This record gives sequence, structure tokens and C-alpha cells, in this order.
Amino acid sequence: MAVNLTVNGKDVTLDVDPDMPLLWALRDHLRLTGTKYGCGIAQCGACTVMLDGQTRRSCVTPVGTLDGAKVETIEAIESEAAKAVQAAWVDINVPQCGYCQSGQVVTAAALLDVNPKPTDAEIDNAMAGNVCRCATYTRIRQAIRQASDTLEA
Amino acid sequence: MHPILKPAFAPRPTRRGFLTGSAGLVLGLHIVGKARAQSAATADGDFAPNAFIRIAPDNTVTVLVKHIEIGQGANTGLPLLVAEELDADWSQMRAEQAPSDPVVYVNTAFGVQGTGGSTGLSNSYMTMRQAGAAARAMLVSAAADRWGVLPEGITVSKGVVSHADSGNSATFGDLADAAALTPVPVDVALKDPKDFTLIGGDKVTRLDGHAKSTGQAMFTIDVFRDDMEVVSVVHPPKFGATVASFNAATALARPGVTAVRELSSGVAIYADDTYSAFKARADLDIEWDESGAETRSTDAIIEEFTAAARAPAMVAEQTGDVDAALAGADRTIEADYVFPYLAHAALEPMDGVIELRDDGAEIWSGIQIPTIAEPVIAGTLGIDPATLTVNTMYTGGSFGRRSTPVSHFEKELAEVAAKAGPGAYKLLWTREDDMTGGYYRPLTVHHLRAGLDAAGNITGWLNTIANQSIVAGTPFEPMVMPEGMDPTAIEGSRDMAYDWPANRVSWAQMKNPVPVLWWRSVGHTHTAYATETFLDQALLAGGKDTVQGRLDLLKSDRPRDRAVLERVAEMANWSGPGTGDRRMGVALHRSFGSYVAQIAEVEDRGGLPHVTRVWCAVDCGVAVTPDVVRAQMEGGIGYGLGTTLFDEITMAEGGLVQQRNYDSYRMLALPEMPQIEVSIIASSESPTGVGEPGTPPIAPAVSNAWRALTGAMPYRLPYRANSV
Repeated sequence: MAVNLTVNGKDVTLDVDPDMPLLWALRDHLRLTGTKYGCGIAQCGACTVMLDGQTRRSCVTPVGTLDGAKVETIEAIESEAAKAVQAAWVDINVPQCGYCQSGQVVTAAALLDVNPKPTDAEIDNAMAGNVCRCATYTRIRQAIRQASDTLEA
Repeated sequence: MHPILKPAFAPRPTRRGFLTGSAGLVLGLHIVGKARAQSAATADGDFAPNAFIRIAPDNTVTVLVKHIEIGQGANTGLPLLVAEELDADWSQMRAEQAPSDPVVYVNTAFGVQGTGGSTGLSNSYMTMRQAGAAARAMLVSAAADRWGVLPEGITVSKGVVSHADSGNSATFGDLADAAALTPVPVDVALKDPKDFTLIGGDKVTRLDGHAKSTGQAMFTIDVFRDDMEVVSVVHPPKFGATVASFNAATALARPGVTAVRELSSGVAIYADDTYSAFKARADLDIEWDESGAETRSTDAIIEEFTAAARAPAMVAEQTGDVDAALAGADRTIEADYVFPYLAHAALEPMDGVIELRDDGAEIWSGIQIPTIAEPVIAGTLGIDPATLTVNTMYTGGSFGRRSTPVSHFEKELAEVAAKAGPGAYKLLWTREDDMTGGYYRPLTVHHLRAGLDAAGNITGWLNTIANQSIVAGTPFEPMVMPEGMDPTAIEGSRDMAYDWPANRVSWAQMKNPVPVLWWRSVGHTHTAYATETFLDQALLAGGKDTVQGRLDLLKSDRPRDRAVLERVAEMANWSGPGTGDRRMGVALHRSFGSYVAQIAEVEDRGGLPHVTRVWCAVDCGVAVTPDVVRAQMEGGIGYGLGTTLFDEITMAEGGLVQQRNYDSYRMLALPEMPQIEVSIIASSESPTGVGEPGTPPIAPAVSNAWRALTGAMPYRLPYRANSV
């Protein structure tokens, strides 16, 4: 059964097993490799994408549920908040191994998209589901605050 | 991996690593001293003064980094050393992973090409500076020739070569072609450290930061080859078990599955894509031969190890008469400490891509010791090692996991291709494979006893450690443990910073089929905890302050321990553990040549410590990139803290691993990360490691604070094991 959806602004038809998680469709079939596999059970956040304007764990999202959906991945996020987040990430040297950072950046950008001036508690809440094994968390917090300041200016 | 490991591997006499696909000035600099440096103008017109540097006509300077980038900052630190001596502008620097070559790209701490033991920066410190200085001299020489002036009048700053008297100036890119034709200098002077403009500066932007913030960084999992099959291997559920027989009919009937083949490590499913390969795992019907398997529970193993730690064992260090000291003590204290098996749980699971062709093979993976892995791969494939190419990819964490001296993963990857024949294959472990697949931090038991005199001074200290050897059975064994003692099993428990009259450290080597491996800071993960919490207890039993008590015990030849301890006490305004809902605890530990002291502040949140703040003082010699040092301290603290609180690998009766994914082996999350303040001791000593030394002190610092808060000292980690 072919599923029609929009990925990063392009119309895409996915003719795959409807149970296939979006993660593997993005990576293996569309070759959008910025979105990462970490756990496969929505426990780490490395696979986070935007689905119809909300963050979503693509590793547990079957392609069969996505007819007509709009998906955005790390390769294409380009809101003002996303750009501010990515600039702050680079400036503050957030990434270490970098494997989780696509998910972190997507989640942080989604937070600032709707809440440009989050409190520390709101940052903690929004980011709690994105694991970083290198524990770059202090810099993630700092970068989100810096991006927030940029947006405000 | 450990810096003392220096196996004598015969280097392959290949120069294949030189000048691969490069262009401008390319230089290979350890060779400078031997006057054998090669320089070349490459196909694209780059200047390649040596095997470490390429300067392109577009003015970029690319450093070929001989260490894998696993997050520790190799791709920033090594280019920075080059840029310093080259007087390059940081914005023109690029990093690229060096190809495999055990001679040109040797880790001088090991004698092979390899990354580990927190040696990446320290073993590169002089080599990469020499590479940069030689390239600079060649650029200056080329400029002098072009302008008809003396080289002495030429200056270089931020990537621009200038001659003030004649008013000439040029970029590196302008001079690249001409520089490639100048002789490689035999001897080059390095900068006086007081003239450093980049080393020690705050701050440079990581060269991999942008790619890793935009999803563009290429990890092994991101490699795709034409007609590539994805392979998933079902491994035995118990350590030491093997495949007896299997029925693949159901799996083979699944769409997308192309083949099922038996490997020495399990049963491999070959499929068109990852989903099909993973999905078919449940379709396999496999009978396992468990005759050689470990079927005991970890509780039973702990019981065995504890008995061994309480019995006499191989003596690793002895001073004074500890038996007499303990017998004559006014008081003695004792404790058994239990540390679980730990998975590294790097976020990118074990993976590799192999392409087997008629004329050889090519691999894309994150292999930390290519010199050891390559003969295993070539042997498994039955090919000439010279026809094997290894591409080192960005790697989604390692913490020791990718530094496997028995090369079990690389062998499995090679078997995947060997069994199937020419073609391209991506071997990808599931998270569950990774978590249950062994190569754990060894389960360890410490038995400690200390004697105190009437004044509360420590008179004797006895520490017996029972665990498996990481080194035994690997190619490192003959060099590292010639007398049967694995130093990595007990490192950090001997040659302590403290002085007391009698001391004995012993090791009981335990054996079972659970594979063990170095895990960020190796033996220090348990020795720092056991010694620093036990010392705290001894100091308290003697009525002493835990910071002043440590300072009083420090040996006179350990000034660097003293400096970090004094610094951290100052940072935290230490005046004892404090009162009220938040208490502080301290720990001091040297590892991988670096000295780290930490003070943690904790509160009780639902029966577990919540760490609010950590102060960290580190002496790692010259801090080449202070921001990377800080990042590694922060990360080392977070990594150690999550483990201390939550993580253990346990086996149930029967031998099945009980943790399979991040739901039951949980990572520290952002809200649990403390505020961290790092202070770096100014030093002119040679640089030492930072990837690992931040980890050992955090667990004892937290527990020393927790004991101050609750009166209870956790003798068994993680905390969750005590509370449930």
C-alpha cells in the first residue's frame, strides 16, 4: 500500500510495509540520514522529527499512519528558532560524539518555535526525553538560553 | 584503553596512507626528524608537506587526524596543534580522518594506530606541532624565493605570510604550489609556549560542531553502497552459548529477506533494508548449545567474587606490615564494595559496512584499533591485508566499546561478507544486541580494611579486588601482564596519593564466559569509588575533616593532587559537608596522568541523590583546548553520575541478561544534570588525558555527600540496586 506524504516540503510516495517505522523509511528509502536510530522504542529521542508541527519519535511511528502527513527532518528545519538553535549549538560547542544532536536540535527548535522564552523548568521538561550519552546537557541548556536571547533581540 | 599498553606489533611496510586522494602541500611529520619527510604536489594542486597536512589553493588547511573522533575532540585538538605552529587562522582549518597506517599514524603511546587511554592529544602534542612548524617553514621558504627576500624577514600570522620591508604578502593557498617544491626541513624549531596564540586560548569552535548540529555528519550507520544488503545477527542469549541448529524457513519467506546464514557468532539475516532484517529476527527458530554457557545469575557471581576478595590473593603492592598494623590497631573498619557489570550503551549501536570486491575489501566503521582489527578482517576474508581499506567514520560514542582488542565485531563483519561473497553489507546491531552483547565493565568486588590508632590516624590499609581481567586473552596480554597481573583490573588502588605506614593491595583474577572490556576510565571506575569513600569513612571515624584530612595525608611528592584538592575546596567554599537539606562530599583521583578533584552537592529526592552542583578542578598539564577539557569534565561527570544512580547489567538465574534497552538501563536525563563549574590548573607540564579522568571522582563525591546527608554509605552500586 503506497502512502503519500510530504517530507521536507517535497511530495513523497512510500511504497513500503505499512508497519515500517518512519525512521527506517526516512533513512533507508529516502536517504535522509540525519535522523538517527538509538533504541527503536521511543526511549532516547535520537529519531525525533517534526510531524504536522509536533515533535514525534519516528522509530515508533508506522508509515501506514502517515497518509497526507507533513514531515520535517533535521535536514530541512529552517525556522528562525531552528537557525538560532543551530548557531548557538555551534558557538557553544554543544556536540561531542554528535549522534543524538539531530534529535536534540529538532526538539530545542520546536520548543523555541512555540515558546521563545522558556524558563529553566520548561527547558528541562521539553528536553527530558532526549538522551545524550556524552552528557552534553549543561551546554544544551546554555545553548537554548542563548538561542532564546538571539530570538528576543 | 590504557596508556601502558605497548604491544610490539610489526608495522606493515605500506605507504598506502600517504597522499590519498589529496591535493597542494601534504606533510608526514614524525618523519621530519629522520630526514625522510615526503612532500608532494598532489593531483588537485594542493600542497601536502607531510601525511598530516594538506594546504589547498582555496586556502583551506586540512589536518588528517590519526585518531577516531568519538566525541572527545580529536578532530579539534590535533588541528589546533598544527594551526598553532603553522600560524594559521582557525577559520581555514579542516579535519579529516586519516587512513589506516600503523607507521605513519602510530599512537606513540601504544606502538599501533589506535585511540584510547586518553592518549590522543598527549601522544600527538609534539608530532602535530612539528608537522605544522615544518609546513610553515616551507611556506616561508616559498615566499622568500618568490619575493627574492631573506626568510628571516618574513612573518606569518593568521594564515597570511608577509614581508614588511618589501610590502609583499600572500595566503597559504597562494603559496601552496610553490611550497610543495621546497625541500622538507630536517629540523624545525617549535614555538616557545609563551608565544602560543591558539593553544590554551578560549575558545575555538569545534571543527565538527556544524556538521553535528545540522545532521550532516556521516556516521557508519549513514553509509550506503550500491545494492547494499542490511544484516542483522541473532546472537546467543547466554554468554558462551553457540548455535546448535536453526530453521530459517519463516524468515526467508518474509518479503525483503534475501538470505539467512550461520556465522560463528550467531545467525545472520540478510535483507533489502533495516526494517526487514530486524523484523525477521523473530521468525528465526534457533536451537542453542548452552553446554559452555554461563548460566549463573549475577547474584551468584557476586557471591563468588566476594568470597575471593575476602581471601588471600595475588599481591600487587605492599608497604610495611599491614597484618601487624591491623592486629595492633585501636579500631578497624571494613567493607565489601560491589560494582556491577556495565554496558557502554553508546547511542550508535555497533555497526560497520563492508564491501567485498574481487580485488580486495573496503570497510566503513568506527574501529578504534585498526592495526589489530585489520589482520583479523583480512584473515577472515582470506585476502591480502594490503588490499583492505578501512575508512574511519564519525562514531556515535564509544566510551571504550569500539576499542575491542579481540576484534569480535570486526570478525563478525568480515564473516558477513565472507559467507555471502562479493557485495556490500551493512551490519547493524539492534539496541538489544548492543545491551545484551557483553564486553562490559567487569563486575568487581573490593574488600577493604583499615586500622586506626587511638588518635584516629590510619595505620594500615588492605584492599583486595576480585574481578575478571580485561587484558587476558587479548593480543595485549603478553606485553601488559607478563607476570599474570592485569594492571587495568586494579589501577587507581595502588600508588595512591596518601601516606600511611602499612598498605597491601591484592588482586584475585576471576574467570567466567562474560566478555569484559575497558569502560570509560577502566579500573578507576571502581577503585576511585572504593578507595575514596572508604577513606572518607576512615577520616570520619578518626574525627577528621574530609578535605583537611586528605591534605594531611598527601605524600610530599604529590603536589599536583594537593593543588586540585585545594582548588576545588576553594571553589566550593568548603567548610565541611554543610548542614540542612543539601550536603557536600569530596573525592580526589588521578588517572591517565591527570589529576581531578570534585565536590558534589546533593539533596534527597525520593530516596535517590539529586546532584545540584559539582565543582571540578583538573590538572591535565597544558590544556591545549580548555573548552574541550571543560566539555570532557562535564561529560565525564554526567556519564559517571547516571551510571552511579541507575545502571547495572544483571543476569537472572539461568544466565539471561535482564536489561535490553534504555527503558531498563537508563541514561541520565537533562533535568538530572547538575550545574558544573570546572577550573583548570595552569600548567606547563606535557598534556595528559581528559576523556576519562573526569569520570572516576563523581561517584565517590556523590556518595560522600549522600552519607553526610543520610548517614548511609552505598556499598553496592548503582543506587537503584540498594533502593529496590
